[in-house]
Amino acid sequence: MTDEPELPTAGRKPPHTDEPVAMLDESPAEPAASAFPAAADDEPPPVEPRPADDSVADEADGRTGEEAQAEPERVTDAKPGRKRRLTSAGALIAVLLAVFGFTLVVQLRSNDGDQGLATARQEDLVRILSDLDSRDSRLQSEINGLESSQRQLTSGVAGRQAALTEADKRADELGLLAGTLPGRGPGLRIVMDKVNAAAILNAVQELRGAGGEVMQLYGSDGTAVRIVASSFFVDADGGGLVADGIALSGPYTLDVIGPPQTMQTALQIPGGVVASVNSDGGSVTLEQRTMVEVTALRKATTLQYARPAS
Amino acid sequence: MIAVIALIAGAALGIVFHPAVPPALQPYLPIAVVAALDAVFGGVRAKLDGIFDDKQFVISFISNVLVAALIVYLGDQLGVGGQLSTGVVVVLGVRIFGNVAAIRRHLFRA
Repeated sequence: MTDEPELPTAGRKPPHTDEPVAMLDESPAEPAASAFPAAADDEPPPVEPRPADDSVADEADGRTGEEAQAEPERVTDAKPGRKRRLTSAGALIAVLLAVFGFTLVVQLRSNDGDQGLATARQEDLVRILSDLDSRDSRLQSEINGLESSQRQLTSGVAGRQAALTEADKRADELGLLAGTLPGRGPGLRIVMDKVNAAAILNAVQELRGAGGEVMQLYGSDGTAVRIVASSFFVDADGGGLVADGIALSGPYTLDVIGPPQTMQTALQIPGGVVASVNSDGGSVTLEQRTMVEVTALRKATTLQYARPAS
Repeated sequence: MIAVIALIAGAALGIVFHPAVPPALQPYLPIAVVAALDAVFGGVRAKLDGIFDDKQFVISFISNVLVAALIVYLGDQLGVGGQLSTGVVVVLGVRIFGNVAAIRRHLFRA
């Protein structure tokens, strides 16, 4: 305050310095009163710094320019009745700032508390919702695909298991027929003595016709030969028998798995195997057994020429 | 001084009552607050420049708030509310920066 008279560009100073003093007396709480003298002290020419101020403030110039115009006007003709106008305007400013602080806090707190969706715009919400919907349907279709593939795999496993069981069963049957697997079941034990190869072959064919499934032939020394479709019997020199290349000596024991009663009947029909062997001077004894074990095996043969047609 | 006290009192009221923002005002209140912030900084700058005018401040404060809210409302009606409110915030932000820069020059001489 004491410097002011010494300031060079004091063209507008005196009114300014008068004003704060008066305002201080009349309304000491008015912020203008406290800030104004300082500003006046700091910046002797108030108009000068603003053009040089910066270009950033261009946006604000609309208002500040008006204020710059309004200021001299106020300085000149606002002196009478200034007290009333200032207090009402000050009260208005106070109300406005109170409302501003109120809304600022309210907005801050409402922004603080909400979880993001509450203040989202309608189109944003719709977009989010449709995003979620499409994601949901995508995931649903993925679930459906996975479920169907799971069903497929399960049924595939079941089918494979069934096929495997079937194949195992078939392999067992074929192994029994081909002589590569041992077998057991009800059947007959036939002991023949003093017979030739033709009688053995007859008996085998008769047994096959009557339902005999698996057979083996022992010699007297316990040597066993599995009889299969390709078996052959030849009379050996000096008595005895060659079955599938193995020499056997009598009496011969033929174990056969099949329906015992049917096979016995088939062998005993008039003019059948038993009758013809007896008439040739040999002997045949039949014994029905509930369990016949066929343990002799043949090696599996690899077919050299035949191939499946399908 | 009264202005600062009023500001603090309003903030205290807001904290104490903690009212919920009505849904109809929700898009406009943030913009209005930013506009009012710009007006307040403009007023402080004018004060420091020594050209503060009460009537100017009151009118600019109210009109800033109203125009900002109106622009956002118009944008909402036109379907570009989000972009337009972003634009308003950018413009007001630039103005606030300018005002704060002027205030800073006054206070710190830098």
